Amino acid sequence: MSRTESDAGARPNVQFRQVGKPLTRTDAPGKVTGRTPYAGDYVMPNTLHMRVLRADVASARLTRLDVSKARALKGVACVLTAADMPDRTSATDIPGQTGQKRLDTDQPILVKDRVRYFGEPLALIAAETRDIADHAAELIEFELEPIPGVYDPLEALKPGAALVYGADNIVAERKIRKGDIEAGFAEADLVIENTYKTPFQEHAFLEPEVGLAWVDENDVVNIRVSTQVIEHFRPIADAIGVPHNKVRVRGALVGGGFGGKEDLTVEVYLALLAKHTGRPVRLEYSREDSFVGHGKRHPFVLTYRTGVTNEGKITAMDVQMIADAGAYVFLSPYVVLYALVAAPGPYRVDNLNVFARAVATNNMYTSAFRGFGALQACAAYEQQMDEIAGTLGIDRLELRRRNFLKTGEPMSTGFVPPSAIWTEQCAEQAWAALGEPAPVQGPIRTGRGLACYQQSYGRLTFLHDTSEAWVGVEMDGTVVVRSGVTDIGAGQISALGQIAVEVLGVTLDNVVIYNSDSAVTPLAGTTTATRALYMTGNAAKQAAETLRARLVERAAREFGVEAGDVDMAFNEVFVIDRPEKTMPLVNLVRICAAEGIHRSELAIFRAPFGDFLDPETGQGQAHPDYAYGAHAVEVSVDVETGEVEVLKSIAAHDVGQCINPAAVEGQIQGGAQNGQGYALSEEMLYEEGRLVTPSFSEYLMPTAMDMPRVECIILESRSGVGPFGAKGIGEPAMTAVAPAIANAVADAIGVRVFEMPITPERVVRALQQRDAS
Amino acid sequence: MPENRTITLRINGRDEEGRFPAHRTLLEALRQLGHMEVKCGCEKGDCGACAVLVDGMAVDSCLTLAWTADGREVTTVSGLGDLDSPHPLQQAFADGGAAQCGYCIPGIIVAAKAIIDENPEPSEDDIRLGLSGNLCRCTGYTKIFEAIADAAAVMRAEGGEP
Repeated sequence: MSRTESDAGARPNVQFRQVGKPLTRTDAPGKVTGRTPYAGDYVMPNTLHMRVLRADVASARLTRLDVSKARALKGVACVLTAADMPDRTSATDIPGQTGQKRLDTDQPILVKDRVRYFGEPLALIAAETRDIADHAAELIEFELEPIPGVYDPLEALKPGAALVYGADNIVAERKIRKGDIEAGFAEADLVIENTYKTPFQEHAFLEPEVGLAWVDENDVVNIRVSTQVIEHFRPIADAIGVPHNKVRVRGALVGGGFGGKEDLTVEVYLALLAKHTGRPVRLEYSREDSFVGHGKRHPFVLTYRTGVTNEGKITAMDVQMIADAGAYVFLSPYVVLYALVAAPGPYRVDNLNVFARAVATNNMYTSAFRGFGALQACAAYEQQMDEIAGTLGIDRLELRRRNFLKTGEPMSTGFVPPSAIWTEQCAEQAWAALGEPAPVQGPIRTGRGLACYQQSYGRLTFLHDTSEAWVGVEMDGTVVVRSGVTDIGAGQISALGQIAVEVLGVTLDNVVIYNSDSAVTPLAGTTTATRALYMTGNAAKQAAETLRARLVERAAREFGVEAGDVDMAFNEVFVIDRPEKTMPLVNLVRICAAEGIHRSELAIFRAPFGDFLDPETGQGQAHPDYAYGAHAVEVSVDVETGEVEVLKSIAAHDVGQCINPAAVEGQIQGGAQNGQGYALSEEMLYEEGRLVTPSFSEYLMPTAMDMPRVECIILESRSGVGPFGAKGIGEPAMTAVAPAIANAVADAIGVRVFEMPITPERVVRALQQRDAS
Repeated sequence: MPENRTITLRINGRDEEGRFPAHRTLLEALRQLGHMEVKCGCEKGDCGACAVLVDGMAVDSCLTLAWTADGREVTTVSGLGDLDSPHPLQQAFADGGAAQCGYCIPGIIVAAKAIIDENPEPSEDDIRLGLSGNLCRCTGYTKIFEAIADAAAVMRAEGGEP
């Protein structure tokens, strides 16, 4: 890793003792020794095993559902269908947040009469063993009368198209109207228009959805589940018809999320069966269940029409986006909102029209996935930048340089991001790090690509997001952090520990973090939207600082000095530059305890609260702040087979401030992999809505043989709104990867493949078309 | 009803008995015996999360029937080391930030053990090939490659495994 700390826009350097160091994460030892229990590893006596029966067509009327034979099977405890439960849905418009129901378009818990996608749940089974539950599923008789469906969002928009629900298939429409688009195009020397297509993507976390539920002595339904959002206790309670304080969600360290465990997965099914049977129930999705059982990344069709001067200055941009929302709404209205806001990318575009729509189809529903619409926009705008550069004959980096949004300038929504914008530094460093090109042989061509991005971190400001954390010191000087935040593998809780111990001057091995329990850890909000470090990190820092001030004040009295002269480090409290005035932290804690001085603190951090963007112009503040960076790759393309290999993959991101550089690199390298699969090999093939690639032998994500070593260039502007000036890296790490690869392939073969994934078939077809024309 | 048979597995150095039907996989059997460190990712042999060593060879326990392991040595990630005395691979993975969500790691560390057993000084290509049956979605593998190379160096320096 190379690390760069540029002065431009940076705050003065600070001397950290724990933050900014690649410390061994608090969760690592348990994970590498197999000690860490995941949600699926908890067992209780007398547990029933669950199975979900699913529809095997995508669009149909359920005309018969007979579960009597399954119910009669020995060892079956309970079978539930829609007839056994109130007419309730299993989704909210924003997970864990507003709790608003959209009765017409939210998914029913189980199919009542209409199947809208392949795999939609028909019945729930609980039995003594998994084998019996599987057998019971085979005994359920059902008839599905096919209804013509619609499987392409463009078709779904046409008059007379089959309706998924409602009066038309439009789920959400968003627009930006900024500046004077006509004048902008009039000013242009050249107008370039292209349409780009992006695919479905499966999260493919290695741990399938899983949970264990039971009813406790307070009649509270407890659910131990793999989730990004413990605040789901609210919609779960609504769905099963109990008060919110009668559901407790306990997370576990999550075996991968990426947005796929942001919506409800198995929770409502578990809660219902635990309630109905009075026994512990366990549900673990098979891999095939997981493929059809949670929402995917939205495929987009994006048309960019860009006006530019001969010097490469963008004068106007008109963008049309259509996203496939699939069969139910879930987070589609917000995914297209992110795409809308991100439409021009990290560029200054004063004359901008964007129209983004989410359209219902009978495909698998789509929802949150790392990048959340902004990534799909980047896939298009960065390919468009290369198309413009090629047409104008301007160097690709130079064209971008002439248009980059600069610190203090207004973005697409008119909002001025509060932090530094270091896209240019990132792009230059990533591009330069590609070094000498690899040699070319035989049918192998090589090419290079660059892509830059803007990606929000923190949730939409109209959600009025908050996060809580509690920090306390035990009698022996060890530290406890309590926060509801879920850890989905990025080191979320270890980072909280690192922040708390930095402030309190103890070492990381002296901290324990309790997290993700909706009943006993202060609610911290979701681990989504690249918000965990920003929100909960700020809350933990605030709690630790308040606690520190109290401890230091007491220590100052003990030492007979001013509070400003006291420091805390490595489990000692001391007077700066007076080595004789020191005591172990544990002694100070005992003094505080004897005097009744409070040794803990609960803090709440509030993101900036805003209103929804203006519905006509799309102007306003959408997010708290934005991250910027660039990805550069070198690829080889075999022009005979169409096979693409990524030879070099280099990322440069301004992360604001690293809390743990090893964790930041890990996010960047994982994002590079996730984006590489998206660009080249990961393909969900549907036939009339039926997924025909529901396994890892058909859905191909990059293996150890496919990934180059990913090089990370980490810049620290210390300008972010997170703790110590941090920004976020979870989503940004992935955003620019796929368009960088697409640009490199186009550079290698001289023709662009406008649809991802860029499979060998598509490469060969593009080459044939080029040769034919 | 399927016939159950009592089998003995020597798991991490200790004999354990269980009664299983013929179709029970080694993955299910191990978890039923409490070895929750063996993870289920796909049950199809596509992901390697369930990898264990059977008589020193890395196998996907989801593709191995429990009966076929009767009387054999089974080593899981927990058999390599523990929190107090971690195996060099476990130490390198933890310190190198090679585990993120960690769900694939028990299988990957077992596969890595088999790679180093085969060749104490594996090249990066050896490591890549040896891990080609293990999927990871979080790390991009870079830190995993580094951790395995680091651990192999430590093991060579120590003149074998601890």
